[in-house]
Amino acid sequence: MRLSGMLLSALVLTPGTVGLVLLLLTPRNAKSLHRWVGMLTSLATLGLALLAWSRFDISDPGFQFVEVRTWLPSLGISYRLGMDGIALVLVLLTALLQPVVMLSSWKQIDDKVKGYVASMLILETGMLGAFLATDLFLFYVFWELMLLPMYFIIGVWGGERRVYAAVKFVIFTLAGSLLMLVGILYLGSLHKASPAGVWSFAFEDIAKLTIPGGAGFWHNPQLLAFSVFALAFAIKVPVWPLHTWLPDAHVEAPTGGSIILAGVLLKLGTFGFLRYCRPLFPEAWQAATPLFVTLAVIAIIVGALVAYAQKDIKKLVAYSSVSHMGFVMLGLFGGTVTSTQGALLQMVNHGLSSGALFLLVGVIYDRRHTRLFEDFGGLAKVMPLYTAAFMITTLSSIGLPGLNGFVGELLIFLGSFKTQPVAVIIAATGVVLGAVYMLTVVQRVFWNPLVHEANRGLEDLTWREVTAFAPLGLAMIWIGVYPLPLLSLSEAAIRRLIGG
Amino acid sequence: MLADILAVLPETALALMGMVVLILGLAKVRNHLAVAVLTLGSLLLAGVLLSHVGRAVDPGEHFMFGMFVLDRFAIYFKALLLACSFLTVLLSIDYLMRHDARPGEYLALVMLATVGMMTMASGVHLAAIYVGLELMALSTYVLAGYFRRQVKSHEAAAKYFVLGALSSGILLYGLSLLYGATGTLELQAIAGRLAQGPPSAAALAGIGLLACGFLFKVAAVPFHMWTPDVYEGAPTPITTFMSVGPKAAAFAIFLRVFDGGLAPVAESWRPLVWGAAALTMVWGNIAALTQDNVKRMLAYSSIAHAGYALVGLVAGGDAGVQSVLLYMLVYTVTNVGAFGLVILLESRGYAGQTVQDFAGLARKQPVAAFGMLLFLLSLGGIPPTAGFMGKLYVFAAAIRSGYVWLVVIAVLMSAVSLYYYLRIVLQMYLRDGEGVEPAPMVSAVWTERALWACAVAVLLIGLWPGPFAAAAAAGLGIMPLP
Repeated sequence: MRLSGMLLSALVLTPGTVGLVLLLLTPRNAKSLHRWVGMLTSLATLGLALLAWSRFDISDPGFQFVEVRTWLPSLGISYRLGMDGIALVLVLLTALLQPVVMLSSWKQIDDKVKGYVASMLILETGMLGAFLATDLFLFYVFWELMLLPMYFIIGVWGGERRVYAAVKFVIFTLAGSLLMLVGILYLGSLHKASPAGVWSFAFEDIAKLTIPGGAGFWHNPQLLAFSVFALAFAIKVPVWPLHTWLPDAHVEAPTGGSIILAGVLLKLGTFGFLRYCRPLFPEAWQAATPLFVTLAVIAIIVGALVAYAQKDIKKLVAYSSVSHMGFVMLGLFGGTVTSTQGALLQMVNHGLSSGALFLLVGVIYDRRHTRLFEDFGGLAKVMPLYTAAFMITTLSSIGLPGLNGFVGELLIFLGSFKTQPVAVIIAATGVVLGAVYMLTVVQRVFWNPLVHEANRGLEDLTWREVTAFAPLGLAMIWIGVYPLPLLSLSEAAIRRLIGG
Repeated sequence: MLADILAVLPETALALMGMVVLILGLAKVRNHLAVAVLTLGSLLLAGVLLSHVGRAVDPGEHFMFGMFVLDRFAIYFKALLLACSFLTVLLSIDYLMRHDARPGEYLALVMLATVGMMTMASGVHLAAIYVGLELMALSTYVLAGYFRRQVKSHEAAAKYFVLGALSSGILLYGLSLLYGATGTLELQAIAGRLAQGPPSAAALAGIGLLACGFLFKVAAVPFHMWTPDVYEGAPTPITTFMSVGPKAAAFAIFLRVFDGGLAPVAESWRPLVWGAAALTMVWGNIAALTQDNVKRMLAYSSIAHAGYALVGLVAGGDAGVQSVLLYMLVYTVTNVGAFGLVILLESRGYAGQTVQDFAGLARKQPVAAFGMLLFLLSLGGIPPTAGFMGKLYVFAAAIRSGYVWLVVIAVLMSAVSLYYYLRIVLQMYLRDGEGVEPAPMVSAVWTERALWACAVAVLLIGLWPGPFAAAAAAGLGIMPLP
């Protein structure tokens, strides 16, 4: 019991603390030390996440392992962590992806290894903290903490246009998040103006407030506050048409950065909608539903079409993220328990499949230094293991029954059909489009005749790459065959949230 | 009478020590270190005296014929101003040695400027405030032109003097109108008169001119034109000093006069300050975007920061005043840090003039680059640095008072500001500079010490702002309200 009093702090702060120590106290050239410390810290964090899972009570819909420490009493700001089922699922995803990132970067990142590992570890603290913070202000601090490491990861270790991509990423993210800060301060001041009479940013206190509504947009505080939160999250998801930073960031980022960006950072946007927008602004949520459902459907279709038009595999995967995150948004705004569960599951699925895709694209890029379809063909004969891994991921991504993507999409469609039938019908065509572009990749890269001599001698997956892919592949199959344990983790929390 | 002398003891001691240093300068003592240590010691002495005297006298009492108080507000600002000067002297030692400049007059002028600023913080009588202001301003004009053989330094001093004198004239005209309208120069009495009824046209004109004069002194738009040229031309330690000390002192009198004496007619001046705050944030940040010279960029950035502090002034009330007090502290340690690093890099042979000079610094000077990163993040207001906490208190106070739109402008401009702060970060970390080997290492231990102090303060306030916010809150409840 005493241990669990510190469990979440240990989980959140371990990677960042190790990262800072690495950064400040170790010599620059001890590359393998940095790699090993990064790997072991990621594994230790995963261990702590698994420990939290083993002790988690799935029947309790509220926050567990709660920690409260005062931080800034005069403004009612406290260090509050808590884990509900929704956060647990995403924490597990984050902790699982982190060692994969470390492995994928083992050989690929050979310059400034210390900075890379430290950035990744500090980034992990930011992500885990944002999932687990139950004080809005603390959430904002962790949210901002992610900004700089990602800026460096893209800007220092990225591709040719890395500086442009990094600056664009920062400007987009900041514009949203700073306005969210105004929203957060506004909610705190409402609590101060309420009978309670003190500042507070604790989620539970804010959730009890009734935020006044009003006519129109400019005279409706609830809608305005919802808008600033929604804008920050929508940029992160990214919701069409705020997605333009994403292809640049993804294409320029190193493999590890892309994995974490697609795997976890985008999920923070949808997580924000679920955790903050829906319970805090119920009326505004209702009012905004048609807009966001429309945007989600547009993202699904447009994302898929644009992905199909790409010549660069990594860019294709990037645009497929826009499309897939559209499904998640549809599930969230579908509004039922089933659709929300589907959305949460689909967040995990997309984290696994897009993470794996970026990992695999990185593998051939390392060998050939190109990512264009036209440079490949016939890899199935040369790299059988690689082909198998890519096939599993593709099938998961397009939602083949028996793999994880199918379960998530099915739940989203089933759950949303009651409330948004038209949107679901249109979105379903997006699944077909998804199959078209992904299978085209497979066709061109693996089955077309082997025309380039350079591809003949390509090395198949090394043991390290297999180890990096294995947890993702196994998770895809496991969730596809037996999704119940994962769904039941978050069911209580989602039921309480939706009130169903 | 004894109490009067006691109350001004810190200023008196500092002024006397300033004379001693001045005489040492006249005696052509060229031992930089000895003179500097004497100056540092004098500033410390003034601090120690301040803490003792502050405890001994009654914060509500008026000294020197109703001109001078030593309340918590004054003590807070004086401690801050002494710290500004202390850091400035630390930054100046290596600089003066490197340029082989005479230390005597320079350091004496810093001390006299400090006396002027401390008088401003204590003044509750418009004449006392004005005298303090002029003492500070005249000393600073000379300091700006201290390298009189350099054209830029010369230009800086001339511009600063002409425009400064003009603004002092405007201020004085405002004071005389206010005197004509209320018949008194004491803030408390002014507040009493103004509370009796709607202000007369003369009083309103006086308040408007007074606001213009103060806005000039804090370098707010549209009275900021002198700032970039003066900051660029002045010796860098003096630029550092001007960007924090006189600015903080100006905010002290701004708060004391406007949130104190003129509080009864707040509705007449608040829109004016609202507009100035918005303009300052917008123009300061947008103009900074286009600057390639780091000193000019930091000059525009310090204009923008005056805008954020003005937001706290607009918010008003205890929370607003507290936020300005905290903001001045945060801004001081951050800005001294940023300018100090420019000085440090100059001393290590990097030009430190244009943004491009920072290319590849992370590799060549990892510790300095990391420090610059920290100060830039703090200027940009990213957690967990002091700058974030400073903005947080200001924004919270403004939202509480209902100025949500001003805060929206402020945060959007913060996003803009990140763009130019990150330009330096980008050069340091993302670009590889050419293999310019630094000049032979000149000793810069004093600069480094000042920088370490600032870095620790930035992190400490960022992570654990409670005690600092409490210190700022202790400086409240002092306005000479009727």
